[in-house]
Amino acid sequence: MTIIQAQNLDLTFQTNDGPIHALKDVSLDIEKGDFISFIGPSGCGKTTFLRVMADLEQPTGGSVTVNGVAPEDARKARAYGYVFQAAGLYPWRTIGGNIRLPLEIMGISKAEQTERVARVLELVELAGFEKKFPWQLSGGMQQRASIARALSFDADILLMDEPFGALDEIVRDHLNEQLLKLWDQTGKTIAFVTHSIPEAVYLSTKIVVMSPRPGRITDVIDSPLPKDRPLDIRDTPEFLEVAHRVRDGLRAGHLDE
Amino acid sequence: MRAAVLPILTVVGIIFVLWYAAAVWLNAPWAYDKATRSGADMHFTALVEDTWSQEKPKLPAPHQVGAELWKTTVEKKITSKRSLIYHSWITLSATLLGFLLGTGLGVLLAIGIVFNRTMDMSVMPWVIASQTIPILAIAPMIIVVLNAVGISGLLPKAMISMYLSFFPVVVGMVKGLRSPDQMQLDQMRTWHASASQTFWKLRLPASMPYFFTSLKIGMAASLVGAIVGELPTGAVAGLGARLLAGSYYGQTIQIWSALIMAAALAAAMVGLIGAVQRVTLKRMGMA
Repeated sequence: MTIIQAQNLDLTFQTNDGPIHALKDVSLDIEKGDFISFIGPSGCGKTTFLRVMADLEQPTGGSVTVNGVAPEDARKARAYGYVFQAAGLYPWRTIGGNIRLPLEIMGISKAEQTERVARVLELVELAGFEKKFPWQLSGGMQQRASIARALSFDADILLMDEPFGALDEIVRDHLNEQLLKLWDQTGKTIAFVTHSIPEAVYLSTKIVVMSPRPGRITDVIDSPLPKDRPLDIRDTPEFLEVAHRVRDGLRAGHLDE
Repeated sequence: MRAAVLPILTVVGIIFVLWYAAAVWLNAPWAYDKATRSGADMHFTALVEDTWSQEKPKLPAPHQVGAELWKTTVEKKITSKRSLIYHSWITLSATLLGFLLGTGLGVLLAIGIVFNRTMDMSVMPWVIASQTIPILAIAPMIIVVLNAVGISGLLPKAMISMYLSFFPVVVGMVKGLRSPDQMQLDQMRTWHASASQTFWKLRLPASMPYFFTSLKIGMAASLVGAIVGELPTGAVAGLGARLLAGSYYGQTIQIWSALIMAAALAAAMVGLIGAVQRVTLKRMGMA
């Protein structure tokens, strides 16, 4: 079942230095249960594409549907959770309070809020931290709390914009592992923006390679890796082969210029 | 805490030394004048003694002001017209009422400016222009006009306080309500939050540090407004009245003690806001 469908998507920003083609002729189908990574150098439009799906940017051409409807309707139906590059937790709310925030906005009952907060904290392995304030947590834990917040209202789609970009390698590995487990447990459809090749290959069922000026898709790679992925899968020939193809795709995008 | 005491005491000490020295310098002509007329010889010790104890000095010495403060606060009954506490309360009540009105007006204007583009374009220039009008010029008119429509006493003075104190609140709150970054606003959008939810759950809490800073400035401005508001009423009561009466009769000691009282009042009020700020922001996890 196709969850997100983009056809001939164009997006041009008008700036003082002239128009910028953030997206040009982008077409892509995302199937239910996919873990899709978008990879490419900065300016390739990967974040813009994600923001279009989330109705945070308006395309200037082409069409996109999320759950079969326009992104605006999908957003209003709370069809997706969005995880930003920074955790963006409110310093004046506890971890529990931060996760409760979207639930309050959506008018979910107090009892159910409590129940959901406990459940998603369990899911990101932060049980027991509900009463802590964000500054009492490490960067990695804060980002996990922000993922819990995006999961709390149980949307089927998770859009993640370089959520681990600001974290160090070791924390990142750990969170990648956790994210895969979480994806497996919840069966969500995840669109994930990154500029790390190992991260993209390790996480995804499908890797979308993009290149800049104008932002476009240069390659879509279906991962042959099994669903069960221990961290040391990254040393197998299959993994390296996929990584190699991604790297080639990125290089080809650069040579075009 | 102890580390903070020494620098403060040092500055206080320097101020006292300069003050005493300036008292000698400014009051010396009058001391010499008296000496010449009585034909007495003026040596240094006598000069210092005289300049620090004149009845109507150009600049009273700190201990003279201190004695006057003691006399008019501790030794007078609060109900007495000569009690500085009585006058302080008159001024303080107008200050507080004006401060509350000004804060309310300031917050409302800031909300309007942040949420309404038309208000953003039209109100802000007027808010700034309002502060370029000398308060001394407009204060008597406010008093006279309000008196003409039968409003007198506390309210006209409070209006002047309000006029001065709403400005820092508007400026601070506009900045505070706009302090959430684009990512936080996008986040609200992904949850399909309404404008009022964004206000109550994000913009308002985020503006709190700015709010308290504005309140401190607003409080000081409000006190100035109340004192200025007391000048044109013919100096009946209040610290402004004490200042005016003092200047009519050359009672410099009275002027200075009223000034010190006003400064102490402002310091106490701003300190109080600071304490509330510390407790609130700490509980909000923002300090």
